[in-house]
Amino acid sequence: MLAILVLVPIAVIFLQNLPFRSPPRAYYTMAVLILAFAEILAAITLPDLVARLPPAALQILHFALTADQLTRVLLASIGIVLGTAVLVGQRSFSSDRQHRRFANLLLISLTGMNATVLSSDFFTLYVFLEVVSVSSFILVALDRGLFAVEGAFRYLILSALASTFMLSAVALLALACGGTSFEVVRSGFNSTQATLARLGVIVFAVGMFIKGGVVPFHAWLPGAYASAPAAVSILLAGIVTKVSGVYTLARITYSIYVPDEALATVLLALGTASMVLGAILALSQADLKRMLAYSSISQIGYVVVALGCASELGVVAAAFHIFNHAVFKALLFVGTAAVESKAGTTELHRLAGIGSKMPVTCATTTIGMLSAAGFPPFAGFFSKLLIVLALWKSGHTTYGVIAILASILTLSYLLSMQRQMLFGKPNAETATLSEADASHLVPAIFLAFLAVFVGVLFPLLLHSPLSFLLLNRKLPW
Amino acid sequence: MPDVLSKHPIDVIVLGSLVVAALWAVLSPRLLRAVIALALASICVTALLFRLEAPLVGVFELSVCAGLISAVFISSISLSQLETEETIAKARRERIRRYWFLPLLLLFVGIAVGHMSPPTFTRVPAGGLEVRSVLWTERHLDLLGQVVILLAGAFGVVVFFKETKKHEP
Amino acid sequence: MSPELLTAYVVTIVLLATTGLFYLLVTTNLIRALVALELMTKAVTLGLVLVGKLTNNPGFTQALTITVIVIEVVILVVAVGLVLLCHKHTGTVDARNLRNIRG
Repeated sequence: MLAILVLVPIAVIFLQNLPFRSPPRAYYTMAVLILAFAEILAAITLPDLVARLPPAALQILHFALTADQLTRVLLASIGIVLGTAVLVGQRSFSSDRQHRRFANLLLISLTGMNATVLSSDFFTLYVFLEVVSVSSFILVALDRGLFAVEGAFRYLILSALASTFMLSAVALLALACGGTSFEVVRSGFNSTQATLARLGVIVFAVGMFIKGGVVPFHAWLPGAYASAPAAVSILLAGIVTKVSGVYTLARITYSIYVPDEALATVLLALGTASMVLGAILALSQADLKRMLAYSSISQIGYVVVALGCASELGVVAAAFHIFNHAVFKALLFVGTAAVESKAGTTELHRLAGIGSKMPVTCATTTIGMLSAAGFPPFAGFFSKLLIVLALWKSGHTTYGVIAILASILTLSYLLSMQRQMLFGKPNAETATLSEADASHLVPAIFLAFLAVFVGVLFPLLLHSPLSFLLLNRKLPW
Repeated sequence: MPDVLSKHPIDVIVLGSLVVAALWAVLSPRLLRAVIALALASICVTALLFRLEAPLVGVFELSVCAGLISAVFISSISLSQLETEETIAKARRERIRRYWFLPLLLLFVGIAVGHMSPPTFTRVPAGGLEVRSVLWTERHLDLLGQVVILLAGAFGVVVFFKETKKHEP
Repeated sequence: MSPELLTAYVVTIVLLATTGLFYLLVTTNLIRALVALELMTKAVTLGLVLVGKLTNNPGFTQALTITVIVIEVVILVVAVGLVLLCHKHTGTVDARNLRNIRG
């Protein structure tokens, strides 16, 4: 039954492109929205979905797909960000033709991401990550402008380099364990070829670092985020970079083996470097999108550090932070899209005082910022708390202190953006602006609500249908 | 090294020409020659694949890499490059300045790797299926992935190359 | 497979990969970067098939390799499309003329 998640988007693409006269834009948006809702629903009801066997006629569609709690977290995140991106894209593309290509590429990306989080084999992971990457390259360069093409090309080169690393790792794993599926590799760690298998996993992890924008392989990220069209930036920042990068690392930590000394040290070191460097570089940015891109690098660093704890609490914290980051980063980029659509620019000094002209956008963006900075009672506070707790408990107290300091840095650059942009006095350019339209406001309000809701109800989370967000694990208090 | 040459002459010669073709592709100042060197390298790889008892992969490599990719490269070069004589001469001087240590680096790496002892590895008990059966029975999810990525590639070509008509619908 | 031949293969694969990687990091011409990428792909192709032969499981890795070749072709076509778009805007394929220099 899990195959539905992979096959239905493909079927929708074919159905959408068949009729000779293309349907209006709203139709494409509705199709993707329905799929996004179905995805979130699937994440919440997954155990029942898995238990029901398909009718005998569909037995040939038996793919080697598995799903567990980590998959459900990712599925929910994918659905949320996808719905947001398509809603924003409804109005933000100048021509119907571009919107049609955008919608189709979104569906391809959805297929790839679904199959990635459902796969149980290293090579299948690689194949569908390439699907996601290729659709991302095309999406970044969708408007064919020079800036976008540059960003897409740099992304492509570094992503292809990462793929080479991943394939070498697959070869090493096949050599050491005789196969590439997760069970085979897991058994390979208990055999005599454990060192070779460990080397294979580390090389694979390096590929993941490049694709996920972890320092020092983050060079492509700010360019790609800043030069992509608004709706594509939402998709990239909200979920694609995470699925490509940290999801696999989480999967390795969760299902394959607990990181040994070498891998854990690498994770902790690179994660800390990302946390700190991302925050420092975000402080000096003059463009809103680039600042948010560096902020993403910093937040991914948090997830990597949590995985480096090599403990159960670490994985729970990482998964929860992945979900929260999807929500608040998408929210921040929706605010950026709203500002860009009304003011025509994303340079901070030209956007002074927008808050008084666009009150709803200002309010939702502020909520997003507070969640990103880890302010109680928003959801971001709890995931960061879990990460610091995980570091504390596993003995890496210095890293915990650094994480808290990086949080303060995050707060400072977000506050400076807030002060400049939202609460300053309107200048000549911004005096004539009006509030953004519904296609930007509806997802923003929904996401802000989600950030508040998940945060406020956090103590009750474990006993609700949303308990998969915490991987169904009991928390240590 | 001489014993390798006498025991498996064909393999060593093809391996050697592969490295030479790769170096030529890197060091050649003319882009067209570099692409032709890449095609030659593909042919060497095909020969090696046939020696390694992988005929299906060899055929793929030959038709796709030595054929399709070379065609794509050459058409892109003809659409974009205007190399005059002086740019070529200037490029030749620059290349010697920039890449002189590449053969030395390769020699060093080659000798270092050549002296390392091979790691232990598992041998799966005999009875692995043949390629086509593997693809169809065990790896059909990958086949689906190939279909999807080809679809994505088709969209890419449409997005990049389709000219916008004068009147938008 | 005799150990000397195995060493010869491994040395060649490593040399190919090193050449490709080195070239990718150094060159500024966009098309040459793609040539470097292709060289690295060939190294990986040979490596995968070799591993299959060593572990007595040739069909498995050959299936993987075929998929890899298909994927690499699609990536290359998209990359060439981007390079041609770039050329349409700036008239050159030299990365030094782009605003964001390759890092």
